[in-house]
Amino acid sequence: MIPAITFKNNGINFKEKAFKKTLTLSAIVAVIILIAIFFTLLVNSFPSLKALGAGFFYDKTWDPVADEYGALPFLVGTLLTSFLALLISTPFSIAVSIFLGEYYKKGIVAETFKNVIDLLAGIPSVIYGFWGLFVLVPIVRIIEIKLNVPPYGVGIFTSSIILAIMILPFSVSLSRQVISMVPDHLKEAAYSLGATRFEVITKIIIPYTKSGLFAGLLLALGRALGETMAVTMLIGNTHSIPTGIFSPGNTMASVIANEFSEATGKIYTSALIEMGLFLFVVATVINIIGKQIIKRFTL
Amino acid sequence: MKFKKSILPLLITAFALASCGGNNSQKEGNQDSDENSNGILGAGATFPYPFYSKVFDIYNKEKGIKVNYQSIGSGGGIKQLQNKTVDFGASDAPMSDEELSKSPAPIVHIPTCLGAVIITCNLPGDPVLKFTPEVLANIFLGKVKKWNDPNIASLNPNVKLPDLAISIIHRSDGSGTTYIFSDYLSKVSAEWNAKPGKGKSLNWPAGLGAKGNEGVSGLIKQTPGSIGYVELVYALQNKMPAAQLKNKAGNFVAATLQSSSAAANIDLPADMRVSLTNTAAADGYPICSFTYLLLYKDQKYNNRTEASAKATVDLVNYVIHDGQKYAELLGYAPLPDAAVKKAEAILKSVTYGDKTLQ
Repeated sequence: MIPAITFKNNGINFKEKAFKKTLTLSAIVAVIILIAIFFTLLVNSFPSLKALGAGFFYDKTWDPVADEYGALPFLVGTLLTSFLALLISTPFSIAVSIFLGEYYKKGIVAETFKNVIDLLAGIPSVIYGFWGLFVLVPIVRIIEIKLNVPPYGVGIFTSSIILAIMILPFSVSLSRQVISMVPDHLKEAAYSLGATRFEVITKIIIPYTKSGLFAGLLLALGRALGETMAVTMLIGNTHSIPTGIFSPGNTMASVIANEFSEATGKIYTSALIEMGLFLFVVATVINIIGKQIIKRFTL
Repeated sequence: MKFKKSILPLLITAFALASCGGNNSQKEGNQDSDENSNGILGAGATFPYPFYSKVFDIYNKEKGIKVNYQSIGSGGGIKQLQNKTVDFGASDAPMSDEELSKSPAPIVHIPTCLGAVIITCNLPGDPVLKFTPEVLANIFLGKVKKWNDPNIASLNPNVKLPDLAISIIHRSDGSGTTYIFSDYLSKVSAEWNAKPGKGKSLNWPAGLGAKGNEGVSGLIKQTPGSIGYVELVYALQNKMPAAQLKNKAGNFVAATLQSSSAAANIDLPADMRVSLTNTAAADGYPICSFTYLLLYKDQKYNNRTEASAKATVDLVNYVIHDGQKYAELLGYAPLPDAAVKKAEAILKSVTYGDKTLQ
């Protein structure tokens, strides 16, 4: 009996070890890939960093013909669309999270809603782009005619609306979880003091979960910053600084997608890669901050 | 769970960015298949892709030689040829002197067919408009702002032009179509030549950008009073209204396959690196261009065998002769006879070491 057991144990040990090694290896590979991408971008950005210096970030002209590369219009376009999208999506995201995290935690209604919201994250971005082009653009054009601004239809505003829909599931999935994690005794204490449900939500749940909600929004922002295809289809792709929310513009991700494949010339290619590097750094920083907030909240 | 949540967006960003470097990874992949198979490998322009894929398919059926053509864009085609990872490259615009001087060895240009760029508008009743080069340049410079501007009206006395703002739609992605169009505008307008200039991507003075021919035509269809440019092939397939342009000889010419081929009826230079916009041909459409296959003049490089060099040259020879009949079927303008003669001469100059291949 005894040798048999030892043999079995050895087998399990071997399996355990192999399993653990595989896990470790996969994790290391992921980290290596990330670092490798960062260095590839950095090295390929050198020609542009050297030639353009800091001017890359504040020059207003992007002119591949004259070899002038200023990314400011795209930086403004990226920040404007992303933050506007965040502004539009935040009330919806918090409302939906309260609905699913507090009112309907379980049951068919809750499951259906959760699945539908998750499905939003699974729709390919080119589909959002098409929908925006054929449904949203004509509507925005009507609004623009009423407001007496040039009726382009496409532009910052249209892209922001699409982005707002696209980032909704990202903030909802986290916000819903933190809202459902609010301890019952806090809520019960408030109820026992005579608070209404509305008061419990505004005075207990939101203050208690606010850093979690903020982290959800940050993750959504990270997603909005890098979104490419849908934005390219709806933003109008002009190389000038947008003058208002209805004017066309361009984002960093969309310029890269548009111009990289036909970019010739060392500085041109390198300037596009530098833009990628910058986007990478911004998205990474936002993710790290979001992660830190989640960590502090859950501890 | 927590770990997964936080790393996922990072990875998504990473992969999104990594996909930008696609060209580099393709290069290595190609090298292997190049050495291991006896097929011919080419890469480059997307514009002639339907034509090439038809011709290469027929060639495979007739001669049993497989041609793998990747339509990754002219810029990518040139890069891959310079890195010697393909047997031939393909480009819509001829290589510039600078690009040629950066190449490791002399490269020859063989034209295969012609493309043209048409001007299309969204106006009530889809009228066939006439434009002079000056008016067209001023529209795209943003100086002519209304459709009922006297400059447009005087050219089109029979068309009732609305009091509507002109919306300009251009390509947002780097493209040979933009190159040809801006090359034309640079030739006919000094102001255009000075400011936006010519290139695959421009700093456009006015208008909105859309991705691809389909993006431009989609936005034009949606925007009343818009004007834009698309490839002739795409316009023919989608039956889009096209404007007539006044050519250098002073005739208003509609964009057709015949008028595109006619544009090449001029004195062509021996190396065929020529711009066919605004040519002197009397019945030629003014916004045309050759599209080229690119080869090294000396095919003896990188352990290439004489057989594969010969196969490459034979293929190109097939494209400029027997392949021409498929051009018109697919909406491409075939080479005029004079151009075929010049292309033959260039192909005869291609060697393997000291040996000629044709």
